[in-house]
Amino acid sequence: MDRDPRWLPEMVVTDECFDATGVAELLQPIVDRHRREPERLLQILLEAQGVLGYLPRTALTAIADAVELPRARVEGVAGFYSFLHLQPVGRYRILFSDNVTDRMLGSVELMDRLCNRLWIERGKVSEDGLVSVDTTSCTGMCDQGPALLVNGQPLTRISAERIDRISELARAQVPMTDWPREWFVVADNVRRRDVLLASGWSAGDAMRAAVARGRERLLDEMKRSNLRGRGGAGFTTHTKWESARRAPCRDPQGSRYVVCNADEGEPGTFKDRVLLASHADLVFDGMSVAAFAIGAEKGLLYLRGEYAWLLPALNGNLMRRRQNGLLGVAVCGQSDWKFDIDIHLGAGAYVCGEETALLESLEGRRGVPRIRPPYPAQQGYRDQPTVVNNVETLCKAALIALRGGAWFAGLGSKQSTGTKLLSIAGDVESPGVYEYPFGVSINQVLNDCGAGNAQAVQVGGPSGNCLATHEFTRRIAFEDVPTAGAFTVFGAHRDMFEVARNFAHFFAHESCGFCTPCRVGTTLVANCMDKIANGNGSQYDISEIFRIHRLLHAASHCGLGQTACNPLFDTLNKFRPAYERRLRSLDFAPAFDLDQALSVARQMTGRDDPAAHFSRAAGFQRADP
Amino acid sequence: MNAPSLLLDGLPVPFSDGQTIMEAATVAGIFIPHLCHHPEFKPQGSCKLCTVKANGRYVSACTMPAKDGMEVENNSPDLNDKRRTLLQMLFVEGNHFCPSCEKSGNCLLQALAYELEMLTPHFTQFYPDRPVDASHPEVLLDFNRCILCELCVRASRDVDRKNVFALSGRGIGKHLIVNAESGRLADTGFSLADKAAHVCPVGVILEKRQGFLQPIGCRRYDLQPIGMQVGRPPATGSSEQGS
Ligand SMILES: Cc1cc2nc3c(=O)[nH]c(=O)nc-3n(C[C@H](O)[C@H](O)[C@H](O)COP(=O)(O)O)c2cc1C
Ligand code: SF4
Ligand code: FES
Repeated sequence: MDRDPRWLPEMVVTDECFDATGVAELLQPIVDRHRREPERLLQILLEAQGVLGYLPRTALTAIADAVELPRARVEGVAGFYSFLHLQPVGRYRILFSDNVTDRMLGSVELMDRLCNRLWIERGKVSEDGLVSVDTTSCTGMCDQGPALLVNGQPLTRISAERIDRISELARAQVPMTDWPREWFVVADNVRRRDVLLASGWSAGDAMRAAVARGRERLLDEMKRSNLRGRGGAGFTTHTKWESARRAPCRDPQGSRYVVCNADEGEPGTFKDRVLLASHADLVFDGMSVAAFAIGAEKGLLYLRGEYAWLLPALNGNLMRRRQNGLLGVAVCGQSDWKFDIDIHLGAGAYVCGEETALLESLEGRRGVPRIRPPYPAQQGYRDQPTVVNNVETLCKAALIALRGGAWFAGLGSKQSTGTKLLSIAGDVESPGVYEYPFGVSINQVLNDCGAGNAQAVQVGGPSGNCLATHEFTRRIAFEDVPTAGAFTVFGAHRDMFEVARNFAHFFAHESCGFCTPCRVGTTLVANCMDKIANGNGSQYDISEIFRIHRLLHAASHCGLGQTACNPLFDTLNKFRPAYERRLRSLDFAPAFDLDQALSVARQMTGRDDPAAHFSRAAGFQRADP
Repeated sequence: MNAPSLLLDGLPVPFSDGQTIMEAATVAGIFIPHLCHHPEFKPQGSCKLCTVKANGRYVSACTMPAKDGMEVENNSPDLNDKRRTLLQMLFVEGNHFCPSCEKSGNCLLQALAYELEMLTPHFTQFYPDRPVDASHPEVLLDFNRCILCELCVRASRDVDRKNVFALSGRGIGKHLIVNAESGRLADTGFSLADKAAHVCPVGVILEKRQGFLQPIGCRRYDLQPIGMQVGRPPATGSSEQGS
């Protein structure tokens, strides 16, 4: 608990506990460290919350004054990110990862167990202000779930026994540093190594190789390699680099930028986490090679808030690189090469993985995707030419600098060169990270990871494709089944309707809310799915889902909304019986349930007798679904 | 060289360099439904009412630059159906009770609903809890009707240079806030003279003591459908006369 002792209250924390002058004083070192730059706003808010526990009203005012932004702008940013809190949270803030893989491993029951033990309601703070328990979107631990975060620290492989111990430790206010170390172990679980994961290069090797080739030949090699982006869209990396390099800097003082997208928010994806934990030098080398190619002086790595625990090691690595002449001035002994890297933390927003939302977030604003064109290569960070690449893409670029484009193009298939890291989880014997040359068949992967009775695989996460058994001969490749890396397997005993319902709620939770179709549509479909789950659904609701799907696909502002209904569309087409057995009638049924509406009154009066139920009291027999 | 032009529902529409599809259409007197677009402000592209099909792709007319030879589909059953659904989404997301609303007849949302023949809200109402702010001496804020078009945000930021309004929250929880620790409009620098006091296309920002001075029934969109008023800036307040 790294909070200032003055604010460690015996009583419940409220806004009244924070007087304006005291707060401004406490926050001064933080805003000063960030040079009071408005662009550092998100980082300032995160650190302020680290000190105060949450962001009381006076803190927002003090920060707004310090960075000279309108207070409402600051409040707007604070209100956008899931990991920032405008209301008090527990001193132990426990967040259960709510990916479908965590659920398949029993996370829902485990959370109920913890709430019961602690006598609290999900989403509420305990009366003494000690603990709060809630869910959060996938924390990238699907191969070692169920997982949770306690004050940002990941705990993996949660069991009922661990839940009981956690509740005891929290109740006894044992500092987290005294909790069993093995709970915090995050394994790499690398199961298949190919050219990337088996490589043993040292820090700077790729940079020196790039320098030896020279900028033009390096770009030639990139072109020859036909490397395509690993973040999902599959855009040719060389084309992106070339246009950022040619685009004029709008501000003559300005620089070009290289941004590493380490937001890895797509549920079921965790391969970037392994690269950052165990191959960080290759990631930073890749950023440096990109900078060398386009003439960038500054690199930014956007690290998702869920991976904040990786920050100390990553910053330590950057320090080492500065000491060894791999960052700073005269990089690699080249007098005209100046380059440094900064790490920015995200704060719980999947949409910030979208490259223009990411840039907004890097500039300290709400993570709302920009209007395109212009694209980041023309006008990105601070409106300057910017290359945004995925973590894995940059590692591949480093390998290409080392071994050449022809070598890389010789791997995989013609349109999908090289290898791909897959994050495999779900109903398999050996979950973890697998590296394959592109073109590998789904069947092959299923065999290798020990998926005995798969009925479906979600490739590329909720926004990707759900494949049924008849499609298992298809191949992982941009020209067949593209993927950002998630490969989630569902055994024959799984309910594909519940899988889709989990995904529907994920998108509703993560919609940035900018555009009407996604903001309202994702909630409408999540409600539709709940209605069906409650046994009140009908054919009407299914056609509603299709209708909203078409609208979101056509009219949404960014990829989030455009793909938000994909999992429903796929499962409705391929696993229709999972829906139909829940339908109450094939015609129409209202969402409103009179008896259900009385449940609040029943809870308040502590009654559950027949007279307190609408249907039973009125002598109606509810139609059996 | 000929001036560049695009084809809008088959009609040639000339445009000058840098114009969006929306701007070109407006000059040509062709109506493209819109809510967050306003000719005086930077395009925003969030309501998506102006969705058209340009060369076969769905795009927002208010942000998409016009291109020579571009073929744009606008007034089609498919697009109008999508727009109707978007309107229904906006209606159920907030609390809109037209018969008792002071903005009735001057409201862009209501006028578009008539224009696009939206007969019912269709979806289940969300009935959000959005308290009104009556703290300011001259102006009432009724957040129930907010459609999050950000016109007041843009006006206060770019014209008034006051930043009285901003958005907070995310997803379906996104909402309008004002620039004060108390959260009350009275504690901001807002005044009736601000541009931001006169840009709300619906009935959120209302001048006090003006209610129903002009009877419902003889207001702007009561007299002539919105689709026939292309190029006229949207109604600014309840007191505006119909033409
Ligand atoms: C909603 C959404 C979320 C995304 N999340 C990520 C992400 O977490 N990591 C990532 O690398 N790319 C993500 N992307 C893709 C990026 O927008 C962008 O295409 C990518 O970072 C480009 O890098 P690449 O060319 O190396 O793939 C996301 C896109 C969308 C629409
Ligand atoms: S599609 Fe969704 S996430 Fe993307 S801009 Fe629209 S509301 Fe935001
Ligand atoms: S008018 Fe174009 S998106 Fe709103």
